[in-house]
Amino acid sequence: MSHCIASPLQTPVAGDRKIVTFGSNMLGIVRQSVNGARSLSSQGFGDYMMRLRPVASAMRRYSSATKEMTVRDALNSALDEEMAADPNVFVMGEEVGEYQGAYKITKGLLDKYGPERVLDTPITEAGFAGIGVGAAYHGLRPVIEFMTFNFSMQAIDHVINSAAKSNYMSAGQINVPIVFRGPNGPAAGVGAQHSQCYGAWYGSVPGLKVLVPYSSEDARGLLKAAIRDPDPVVFLENELLYGESFPVSAEALDSSFCLPIGKAKIEREGKDVTITAFSKMVGYALKAAEILEKDGINAEVINLRSIRPLDRATINASVRKTNRLVTVEEGFPQHGIGAEICASVVEDSFGYLDAPVERIAGADVPTPYAANLERMAFPQIEDIVRAAKRACYRSAVPLAATA
Amino acid sequence: MSISSGPKIIRPITLQPCNRSSDNPILSDHRITTFIGSTRTLRLTQSISSSQRRSASTIVAVSDVAKRKSNKNLLLTKEEGLEVYEDMILGRAFEDMCAQMYYRGKMFGFVHLYNGQEAVSSGFIKLLKKEDSVVSTYRDHVHALSKGVPARAVMSELFGKTTGCCRGQGGSMHMFSAEHNVLGGFAFIGEGIPVATGAAFTSKYKREVLKEADCDHVTLAFFGDGTANNGQFFECLNMAALWKLPIVFVVENNLWAIGMSHLRATSDPAIWKKGPAFGMPGVHVDGMDVLKVREVAKDAIGRARRGEGPTLVECETYRFRGHSLADPDELRDPNEKARYAARDPITALKKYLIESKLASEAELKAIEKKVDEVVEDAVEFADESPVPSRSQLLENVFADPRGFGIGPDGRYRCEDPKFTQGTAQV
Repeated sequence: MSHCIASPLQTPVAGDRKIVTFGSNMLGIVRQSVNGARSLSSQGFGDYMMRLRPVASAMRRYSSATKEMTVRDALNSALDEEMAADPNVFVMGEEVGEYQGAYKITKGLLDKYGPERVLDTPITEAGFAGIGVGAAYHGLRPVIEFMTFNFSMQAIDHVINSAAKSNYMSAGQINVPIVFRGPNGPAAGVGAQHSQCYGAWYGSVPGLKVLVPYSSEDARGLLKAAIRDPDPVVFLENELLYGESFPVSAEALDSSFCLPIGKAKIEREGKDVTITAFSKMVGYALKAAEILEKDGINAEVINLRSIRPLDRATINASVRKTNRLVTVEEGFPQHGIGAEICASVVEDSFGYLDAPVERIAGADVPTPYAANLERMAFPQIEDIVRAAKRACYRSAVPLAATA
Repeated sequence: MSISSGPKIIRPITLQPCNRSSDNPILSDHRITTFIGSTRTLRLTQSISSSQRRSASTIVAVSDVAKRKSNKNLLLTKEEGLEVYEDMILGRAFEDMCAQMYYRGKMFGFVHLYNGQEAVSSGFIKLLKKEDSVVSTYRDHVHALSKGVPARAVMSELFGKTTGCCRGQGGSMHMFSAEHNVLGGFAFIGEGIPVATGAAFTSKYKREVLKEADCDHVTLAFFGDGTANNGQFFECLNMAALWKLPIVFVVENNLWAIGMSHLRATSDPAIWKKGPAFGMPGVHVDGMDVLKVREVAKDAIGRARRGEGPTLVECETYRFRGHSLADPDELRDPNEKARYAARDPITALKKYLIESKLASEAELKAIEKKVDEVVEDAVEFADESPVPSRSQLLENVFADPRGFGIGPDGRYRCEDPKFTQGTAQV
């Protein structure tokens, strides 16, 4: 499995956007024969050993120093472990089985758990999301994959009306332990209908928990927590992060590891300005913080991890320390996550603010296709740096000038 | 097995002329009533309430179906007959009381009544076990009652009191009962169908993956003719047949979706035909005759229980009232309403029970009286129940409000030493 072998594709390069094509990571050397054969009935000893290998190698590296793991492998291992621990957990979605997952997140699960627990569906988002909800009503724990969250719009009635609201409408009689997961937000050059960020939409619905992992540790811990959680969880991943490698601690590799839902993580401590971000933007914010450090601005970066419930306590505590706030998101600006954070800070920590809150979001346009336009339509590291400098009154560029 | 992929031709009940001379007295045999032109608003419609029917009987229905049946072996025992009769009377009395309460202001919002369709609910649901599930639409009061939810709980829910089956948080359109496996109550048409398919999926999963060998729970999905044009319906017909799920899709074709007539909305009005297109039997049955519905239901539910897969049952039925209590119901032809009122399922069953000597007039009257008392008691109970307290507003949003990972003592769950005992065996 390629997570043991550092490949040039996986090391993140500063400021670069990764173009990930299907299957690029699956040139994984050791897996080739299993992929090639693809016949479910050939269960030779060699295959058996190869299937065991990922976890075996994880255990082997237990005591060594920092281990690296891609987000893709983190998600795969989390699903694997949860399915092994609880027979009520099953995965359903398009191409999750024989195709090994549209983005290979569910690779190997079909061979291991069989077609009754890893279900390939027809192209019926509304249908299979609803089937998942009905199964969850009776106590099963479905993990419904949307190929991207843009397609969840075809099933949004079920995510919101039959999943999120049911515990309330039934006054606690029927809870819905379902997870809706999939890539969210822009990828690279996929056009307007494949690039929307749904954090703000789902984040406004009471009854849903909305999680946004960044690193591999986030991915593992939050997905495991989501699967074990008795409420509906919308798990927003990011396609461009799937191939990125992050160091994981030994604790994170334990099969019972999970992260709390509703708690943000302070990725980098600072005292001059608070930058909140989630998903891919955390990486950008961290790089921006390094740049700002050279200019003498010590930025604190908060990885939100959870949009609903939003960790207002951590954000406000940080703002009270630094007195300045920059929120970063890729979604549309109006009614976005940054708007909610800004309102929360104004309500709770108004007296502590030394500058207006800076909101960085995607441009207020459907995503263009042309590469240079797309780059302009989403926040870049320079935008975060500029905004932080503005918040610290170090910049002469006025607010309205930046797109 | 009496269900084939072909239709079941049911001859409609022939009627004697009713006392309105301007009506068309002789009706020919046809399966679907002709109401082209029923969008014309005619004279004032006389709403025919059930009390008029029971006492005055100005309209006489001669059910030749009932006549035929009384010559054959009896289709149901006395206990079953009385059970079904009581269920139908309860449904009718309850819905009539709802209308009264609504106009007195005790009930509010959207209320959709089931008068006239009781044969479908009683015919199907009375054959189920407690563990079987029922999923319905917004016209769900009677489905909940038939499944066993107490009348008191349903009435309190409609009044919005805290003693309701959903503590007043659901309302008329969202009847949930975990105990009786009533999975809602959905306002969006078509929304319940995938949820029902998921409940059926669970039954199959429990049997095959979790190895609960005796799990043969069946799910019934009730929905209307308007829903049969919705995308989710077709998606679920496909997946239910593909995976052979233990579900019965019951179409309550009452010919009207609010004011949209089924013929105006559907390219091929025969909904039962959509079943074979997806690989399951499609059956058409006279939904005003509870005995016929019961026969078809036995077959369909039996099929599902044996693991032979889904069935699509189209019940031709009719709602005597408007779509909801706010609907003025001007578009439907009074002739059509009169024709169906003459086929009242309760009257037909009563006639059958008496003629086949399964019950006496006195016994049936006793049942009606008992049901009246139950409904009165339900209203009293609901009236006297308290409204939800203020603190209830924020309750029940989540089953686990703190979010997994933080235990009740505020510490991270993953730090708890006992937590690692559930370690995955990989």
